[in-house]
Amino acid sequence: MDCKAFLQRLSEAPGISGYEQVIREMVTEEFQKYADDIRTDKMGSVIALRRGQGPEPRRRILLAGHMDEIGMMVSKIEEGFLHIAEVGGIDARILPGLEVMVHGKKDLPGIVGTRPPHVQSPGERERVTPMDELLVDVGLSPEEVGRWVRVGDLVSFRRPFTALQGDWAAGKAFDDRVGVVVVGAALANLADSWKHSWDVYGVATCQEEVTFMGAITTAYGIRPDIGIAIDVTFGSMTESGDAETYAMGGGPGIGYGPNVHPKVYEMLVETAKALEIPYQVEALPRGSGTDAWEIQVSREGVPTGVIGVPLRYMHTPVETVCMKDIERAGRLLAGFIARLDDKTMEQLTPRLDAESGS
Amino acid sequence: MSFLRELSEARGVSGHEGEVRTLIFGKIRNLVDEYRVDALGNLITLRKARVHADRPVPKKVMLAAHMDEIGLMITEVAKNGLLRFSPVGGIDPRLMLAQKVLVGDKKIPGVVGVKPIHQLKPEDMKQILRHDQLGIDIGATSESQAEGQARVGDYATFDTAYEELGEVAKGKAFDDRAGCAVLMELLKADYPFDLYAVFTVQEEVGLRGSRVAAYAVEPDCAIALEGTVCDDLPKKKDISPTTRLGAGPAITVMDHTFIAHQGMLRHIVNVAEKNGIPYQFKQPGIGGTDAGAIHTAKEGVPSVTVAVPCRYIHSPVLLLSLKDLENTVALVRETLRTLTADIIRPE
Repeated sequence: MDCKAFLQRLSEAPGISGYEQVIREMVTEEFQKYADDIRTDKMGSVIALRRGQGPEPRRRILLAGHMDEIGMMVSKIEEGFLHIAEVGGIDARILPGLEVMVHGKKDLPGIVGTRPPHVQSPGERERVTPMDELLVDVGLSPEEVGRWVRVGDLVSFRRPFTALQGDWAAGKAFDDRVGVVVVGAALANLADSWKHSWDVYGVATCQEEVTFMGAITTAYGIRPDIGIAIDVTFGSMTESGDAETYAMGGGPGIGYGPNVHPKVYEMLVETAKALEIPYQVEALPRGSGTDAWEIQVSREGVPTGVIGVPLRYMHTPVETVCMKDIERAGRLLAGFIARLDDKTMEQLTPRLDAESGS
Repeated sequence: MSFLRELSEARGVSGHEGEVRTLIFGKIRNLVDEYRVDALGNLITLRKARVHADRPVPKKVMLAAHMDEIGLMITEVAKNGLLRFSPVGGIDPRLMLAQKVLVGDKKIPGVVGVKPIHQLKPEDMKQILRHDQLGIDIGATSESQAEGQARVGDYATFDTAYEELGEVAKGKAFDDRAGCAVLMELLKADYPFDLYAVFTVQEEVGLRGSRVAAYAVEPDCAIALEGTVCDDLPKKKDISPTTRLGAGPAITVMDHTFIAHQGMLRHIVNVAEKNGIPYQFKQPGIGGTDAGAIHTAKEGVPSVTVAVPCRYIHSPVLLLSLKDLENTVALVRETLRTLTADIIRPE
């Protein structure tokens, strides 16, 4: 699978939480190449199934990357200009001067407008303009705007995919189209190179950014024995990571903490070592901030893992990733899945008779 | 206006206007009788008088449009591979976040990032990051890796694609490629005097090019052609929008750098009214243009500025009305063809 090409297609398309239909089509088109079965569930998540070769009933592993992105929604129209509210967490400081796409009755390119410095007082220049004072300009007359746009329409970041040095890339919505690409890469790797006895559910979840709704409902519907969320993590600005950031090109982060089953963590690390895939330990002292948060507490509980691809500038339209880390994550998950067998679940359960006797 | 796309996408930050100069020259060389490039890089061209006037006319009229755009200069290649920069011309640092730029003549792509919201405290998000606190990320993780692609002194431009959205054009550098487009169109007409079409340099860093060009040309009068402030978004206070998009060419009565010549001002307004060309007065006291430097050349040059309103001026993405652009050409062309010597005589 051409990870870069797939990421570019996904990144440049719009898919704000709750409105992922364009992404859904792209994911379905790509994932079905490696799946025995593919469907969209009733809330909008894409579920691709690769059947394992073990005897029925087979165990199930769920891989989840979320396909929704943060964005904005038209909250009011004033003289042809659009007031906006955020969908997901946006730092308002990044908005002035950004190009956006307003998804009205038709798609309208626009700009988040600002007042020029020539007319601002010194006090105004020292102030961050809060989101409720920003306006989106689509360059049309108020009458035209009224014809095409209404309150509730989505506004997405508009930013072409950019190749940077060293096979890095920058663009919007890498959080978490990168994760979706990793899920696809894992499926493709399995199709190419690995036998596996478990059933593999490769899922692109919807609405992670606001409610984790896709993770909640797909975990319930699939009832996995292990669930792994693939998301992005904080890429470091220095060559090596420092506290809570991870080196770009240092390999995927393997999560460790209360939101991760310690044995799943161990098995992922063992796989990375066996396949000589560079990895980093991602310290997750509280929640992971990923679909794993909800997958872990589905029904009676699910052993979970977290894979985090290092990403700089998260939640901006210039999110930056090292393509190698994406490919590594795909290979790591495929290798991990190939090792799952009929003894795995036993090994996941902590032993009681260890030191203290019976 | 077919040239506007190419002009907008061409790259020429103050002090490094060569690419724009070459582009413009290539398109107008057959429209001018003489041309030269001066010590600062101004492209000074002359289109000689081609029609006869039945009344006294000025001998030399200078039109100025500046080729330079605001941009960035790389000031340091940091140990972690990021490029530190300083703005060239006035750029509000608040507009730099999450932008994409092209660095150097090799057009190396880079992004200006910011720490993710998840790692910020609420107070952090009220902080304005200054230019010297930001960096351009080209995907290098070390100084040596970056130095292969970018160096101290390289210029960087915003990577904005030109696009037309109906009657409105979107792009970077309309200040002042819009003025350059107007000037290039004006060279297609005939005038009863020698027309010096000067494509100036370094306006954004202090009206530098026009100052020496006006000294050399010594015109009898001058018109600066610009892209100007258009602040017509709805706002709470009842204050002037400076100009409005779609309301026609904006004429400067007075700005920070000069007061328009009364006679020329009256003449332009008469031409507009007589020919039914929409026009507006730019809110007095805002901004500055090449006319500021031209009008004090030698013993003085009666001057005026006519400009195309541009929303989001001095930002990476601007909007202008193509109708305003057309009307600016029409207004200035008619103004020139009907210009007489008595208009520029002192009151």
